[in-house]
Amino acid sequence: MVDARGLSCPLPVIKTQNEIKKNSPDKLEVLVDNTTAVGNVTRFANNNGYDVAVKELEDDEYSLVLTKR
Amino acid sequence: MQKENFFKKYWLVMLTGLLVGAAAVVLTAFGNPKNMGFCIACFLRDIAGSLKLHGAGVVQYFRPEILGIVAGACIMALIGKEFKPKAGSSPVIRFTLGAAVMVGALVFLGCPLRMVIRIGGGDLNAIIGLVGFMLGILIGIFFLKHNFSLGRAYKQGKVEGLAFPVMLIGGFVLTLIGGATYFAVSTEGPGSMHAPILLALGIGLVVGALAQKSRLCMVGGVRDAVMFKEFGLLAAFGCIIVAVLVGNAILGNLDFGFEGQPIAHTEWLWNLLGMTVVGWGCTLLGGCPLRQLVLAGEGNTDSAITVLGMIAGAAAAHTLKTASSADGTGVNGPIATIVCLVVILLVSVTHLKKEQ
Repeated sequence: MVDARGLSCPLPVIKTQNEIKKNSPDKLEVLVDNTTAVGNVTRFANNNGYDVAVKELEDDEYSLVLTKR
Repeated sequence: MQKENFFKKYWLVMLTGLLVGAAAVVLTAFGNPKNMGFCIACFLRDIAGSLKLHGAGVVQYFRPEILGIVAGACIMALIGKEFKPKAGSSPVIRFTLGAAVMVGALVFLGCPLRMVIRIGGGDLNAIIGLVGFMLGILIGIFFLKHNFSLGRAYKQGKVEGLAFPVMLIGGFVLTLIGGATYFAVSTEGPGSMHAPILLALGIGLVVGALAQKSRLCMVGGVRDAVMFKEFGLLAAFGCIIVAVLVGNAILGNLDFGFEGQPIAHTEWLWNLLGMTVVGWGCTLLGGCPLRQLVLAGEGNTDSAITVLGMIAGAAAAHTLKTASSADGTGVNGPIATIVCLVVILLVSVTHLKKEQ
């Protein structure tokens, strides 16, 4: 899991990128707390072979579940 | 197919780029200084002057564009439910970086936005600035890749998020009712040149709203292209140049060369290093001066602090004679540039987080 809550871009994308590069997981959950990060991480994941399911949690937080295509 | 997707994905940010370029040309045509139609660093410097934080009489004016951008972004964020006040990510470091970025920008004479506007006016010194800017971003990316972080921000109340926009509204109202009695207004030089207040405010509002929606950012272009192979913001960067070039060509303001460019100097090393400070500092901050204004409008008070740091940096730059003028760098410009690079380096190496 990547916890990028409280971080503004590009850090959420970098953390996601680092995790994918290091472990190439089939499934990865990314937590963020702003819509810019939701958009950027989603775009990055889509460009790198992952499908993304976004779920809005409480308190303006979002869970992005990345699944390898 | 690929191309179609690209435009579909990035049309809004590219359109925003075109409009920002057009806005710069229009504001210049209506009175703003040449090649400075839309420069965040210059505008904040003028505001610092109007508040008498520095004594440079030629650059004092409470620029309504700044209020416009912040308010436009704020309104758009409220409509789109993206107004989310947050703060707490190393505020004093951000203030310091904001000040350093401003000192660097005033050595070059312009923020990243004015840099591309200058390129669009044919000012080749700005190409040198662009090289320095990209160099700065690349250094910043190096640290980002090594887990640079200013730490996380936390959710704040609505009032915290609205305080900065309201502060700007207050300043604007005072200029309306007080004229030159409360705030200083230049009677000569760049500060005395300005578009009509309502036009400046209106264009600021539109740019702020669109920049919020599209996330336009001048450092984001190079950064995202290098780090993530995403070219949308970079395309917007190009769109600004195209719009300014075309606008200037239509108005007959196109003049290619190094010498005698409007409010610019030809000391290439300091043009380059000044923008290296800006590129590096803004990459660490997560966005260019325009983006900081927009984020401040969204309630991000770390960005509001950054903007206040930029205003303080402008005051310091003119008080300590580090700011350039058309005659060349200020007497303390070169040393200040080096100091800023050292400060940013220190911030960079002291904020490398260990991987968990």
